[in-house]
Amino acid sequence: MQVANKLSPFFENLNFERDDNTMVINFGPQHPSAHGQLRLVLELEGEQVVKAYPDIGYLHRGIEKMAENMTYNEFLPTTDRLDYIASTSNNYAYALAVEKLLGIEAPRRAQVIRTMLLELNRIISHLFFVATHALDVGAMSVFLYAFREREFAMDLMEDYCGARLTHSAVRIGGVPLDLPAGWLENLAAFCDKVDYELEHTYEALLTENRIWKMRLEDVGVISAEDALSWGCTGPMLRGSGVKYDIRKEEPYELYSELDFDIPVSDRCDSYGRYRLYMAEMKESTKILRQLIPMYSKTEPQLMAHAPQYISAPKEEIMTQNYALMQHFVLVTQGMRPPKGEVYVPTESPKGELGFYIKSEGEPYAYRLKCRAPSFFHTGLLQELLVGTYIADVVTIIGSTNIVFGEVDR
Amino acid sequence: MRKYVPKDNVQKKAYYTDRFHVVPRVPRVAVEDAHFLSVVNAVKADITDSYVEIGTLVLHIKPEDNFKVLQVLKEQCGYTQCSEQSAVDYLAKDNEFELFWQLLNVTEAKRVRVVCRLANGAAIESVESLFKSANFAEREMFDMFGIKVNNHPFLKRIIMPDDWEGHPLLKTYPLQGDEFASWYEVDKIFGKEYRDIIGPENRDPSKIEREDTKRFSRVGYEVPFGAPYSEEQTDIEYSETVLVDYNKKPSKTLDKRR
Repeated sequence: MQVANKLSPFFENLNFERDDNTMVINFGPQHPSAHGQLRLVLELEGEQVVKAYPDIGYLHRGIEKMAENMTYNEFLPTTDRLDYIASTSNNYAYALAVEKLLGIEAPRRAQVIRTMLLELNRIISHLFFVATHALDVGAMSVFLYAFREREFAMDLMEDYCGARLTHSAVRIGGVPLDLPAGWLENLAAFCDKVDYELEHTYEALLTENRIWKMRLEDVGVISAEDALSWGCTGPMLRGSGVKYDIRKEEPYELYSELDFDIPVSDRCDSYGRYRLYMAEMKESTKILRQLIPMYSKTEPQLMAHAPQYISAPKEEIMTQNYALMQHFVLVTQGMRPPKGEVYVPTESPKGELGFYIKSEGEPYAYRLKCRAPSFFHTGLLQELLVGTYIADVVTIIGSTNIVFGEVDR
Repeated sequence: MRKYVPKDNVQKKAYYTDRFHVVPRVPRVAVEDAHFLSVVNAVKADITDSYVEIGTLVLHIKPEDNFKVLQVLKEQCGYTQCSEQSAVDYLAKDNEFELFWQLLNVTEAKRVRVVCRLANGAAIESVESLFKSANFAEREMFDMFGIKVNNHPFLKRIIMPDDWEGHPLLKTYPLQGDEFASWYEVDKIFGKEYRDIIGPENRDPSKIEREDTKRFSRVGYEVPFGAPYSEEQTDIEYSETVLVDYNKKPSKTLDKRR
């Protein structure tokens, strides 16, 4: 151990004096490739990692604790701060869990809008992944192009709900707003743009790029068995050849009516996962295109009718006494779901995002556990990084696509 | 009389509950699905209760059987992924924790939740050798509830700092932070004797202290930097200046050759 005093400072990133000829490197928590607040302690033998210890908790805000002390509607905007790259996925996962607990279903128009927002968020998140992953590996220009398209998607989100990152665009029982005029045309134009750019910019720049392939191929190999055992979900699991997508296997919202494919890769490495993300974006635009004509065939109702749990529409509150009373009780006391427990998984862009809610019939959840995909993907790092070279560490972290808002919660 | 505040559960409570309010329960249905029946049959000897709640099969077991049951579920029933594992604090009511393991079968697309009640202070067997995802999940459970896990390879706090006191998700954990929590950074970085100098934490970035002459100046009542606050008017005239004067001609060129 180093003995630090004022004359010989403590080198916090390096630990030189060890008996076994290995070097201990501290990576993060303030590292541009740490994707937030990941701290990794790496033990190196030469350039090879022999031990990796992911240290998390630098972004811990106690969101599960907050959930126990907020009414169900109060907590919803807090879920934005989980995976802040694709906030609507979190809002939706939470709202769906509460809806399952209440036993209500959102009206058809709300379902169409929600599915649109979910897929739009998937594109936003995947573009962000491609951008930062390429930047980590060293391809700076892809970052700029991908952020350009992501900006358009965020403009769409802004047109819908007014926010670009922390959307809160979903409510328990439906959605708060109808689509603004001209939104669907913009969405269709955006789909065309993304499809064009995917083919002509990102894939043209990366897919057959020699350096990109050399940096990604056979890096971060996870076998299917390991992926399942470590709790990998989403692209991490499908990148290892397990074809499991919650949208297909346990369909929620409108996914059972939509026609889309689940891309799978059996390469098990970072390159396979990169291809998967690209293919998933194309599937998302395919889903969005199918949803656009579905919208006009729906009734204008946006929130489910369940007066015990959900406030009536504003016109009713303003005109009917009983609706106003219900609304007053729901705002001041909060809804009281029935006793019971529920675990609802959804396919967020990062993987399986599930909310476990234990209700004791009070306006506050007795226990809320957020099953965040990135948490388990971070756990995997301690095994995945062993045996790789220091230059690949950043590639592997980028490839796991972890977001620290939901790792630490 | 002072309002009674329970010490064993300091979480927020509903401020008003209707006397006639009856809490319904989410229906628990008997197991009918063929796949779930085969699962129940495989672990029949060890379960105390089984039902289906909102599409998920729930199996109640005794805490000492957890490894055995999860092993059967993994090896015989195809539940190869442990999506989530955590606990619920029932210390105030029953002096017990409720632990759950949420399992997933990828081929059948079915989910099972294994639930057990663990007495306060007792330890549970680790399932890390079956599901590696339990490595982080059990550490988090230990960190948040203080539940000890036997045979875990590296049972250490994961989210809170190593030297933290208390387990945040317990119902007895104070909501506003205790003395230890509020001085944690100051004590650690500077030492306890600096508490008076640094003062209590203020998280309001827009807080304005009228009498602070180091960071604020009151127009018409200016005093020198750091001088004591005064109510005496000063006659300082402010000249009319434009922050950036775009019409001004540049006074010097950086490079003569341009």
